[in-house]
Amino acid sequence: MSIYFYLFIEFFQIGLFAIGGGPATIPFLMNLTERYDWYTKADVANMLAVSESTPGPIGVNMATYAGFQAAGVAGGIIATFSLVLPSLIVIIIIAKLLENFSKNPYVQSAFWSIRPAVTGLIANAVLGIFETAIFTNAEGHFHFPVFSVLLCAVFFGVMNIKKLKKLHPVVWILGGAVFGIMFKM
Amino acid sequence: MKLLFQLYCTFFRIGGLTFGGGLTMLPMLKYELSEKKDWVTEDELLDYYAIGQCTPGIIAVNTSTFVGYKMKGIPGAIAATLGMISPSLLIISVLALFLSQIIDNPIMIHALAGIRVVVCALLLNTVITLAKKSFVSPLCVGIAIVVFLLALFTPVPTILLIIVSGALGVILQKTGKLKLDKEGHAKS
Repeated sequence: MSIYFYLFIEFFQIGLFAIGGGPATIPFLMNLTERYDWYTKADVANMLAVSESTPGPIGVNMATYAGFQAAGVAGGIIATFSLVLPSLIVIIIIAKLLENFSKNPYVQSAFWSIRPAVTGLIANAVLGIFETAIFTNAEGHFHFPVFSVLLCAVFFGVMNIKKLKKLHPVVWILGGAVFGIMFKM
Repeated sequence: MKLLFQLYCTFFRIGGLTFGGGLTMLPMLKYELSEKKDWVTEDELLDYYAIGQCTPGIIAVNTSTFVGYKMKGIPGAIAATLGMISPSLLIISVLALFLSQIIDNPIMIHALAGIRVVVCALLLNTVITLAKKSFVSPLCVGIAIVVFLLALFTPVPTILLIIVSGALGVILQKTGKLKLDKEGHAKS
């Protein structure tokens, strides 16, 4: 089967089951690295950085980037179209059938428990990104880089200072790039 | 035809001028759809947004599909959605092509190493924000922990975990153990 077919199947599923927008696609994107060699777990961190620093919905940007990594420009286009196709279908059905979809008690109770589940899934995916982005060395073994861990903690602390909370992520990402170049990380 | 083109262009502008998606897109949607044009009222927009959050897929895409459908049926939904994703397709494709050329450059390697650390800090923030929003009762915390551990230590598919969690909420409500008010918040 052609790679485009697999991209379609995988990203259609992500579009259908990633509930909660952009961040909800991260567990699925991490999961793909275990079944395909389209991109590595470490690439996911780069994809996130680019997606957060460019215009457009992060989830769409991530899909375009992931598809591009797998099969070039055509791959990016197919991944993106496959990601939004379920939305088109589902929203059109909901717009037709249910006037008060978000006030429906079944929908509300399902989402009451889906939301924390998605938080758990994203936490797990984020742990995986920490592992590959910080705690894995160039040879693929576990290491503990004190400087990177401290830098991460400092950035986390600074971005939670009340006055700086509203700053756009691109500011922090550029800051990270400057630190990386200055200290030859 | 003219309206379809307008839908495409309007959502192209929204997609191409907002960074971050999700909530950050709301002010831009309001400006383009309720203030500049009177396509939808602010209340309608908030409703679409709420539905966009509890339907599968990217929230910004869901919202644009909804507005497009309301304006011009299925062709309208398609035009609005295409408008929303076009800037991403263009920008990311060009950037990814460019990045793949310079990714082996030593300066780029150092920059990306620094960026990865920041991405981790940003993601930690995302998880905390999500936890604050979704941990509305002790049981929710329990669900999150169980799902986290299952995802970490077992090969249970992500999709199954989401479906079972959703079913759990419905069962709890059906058996009277979970009571929600009109806003969808649990009554204690």
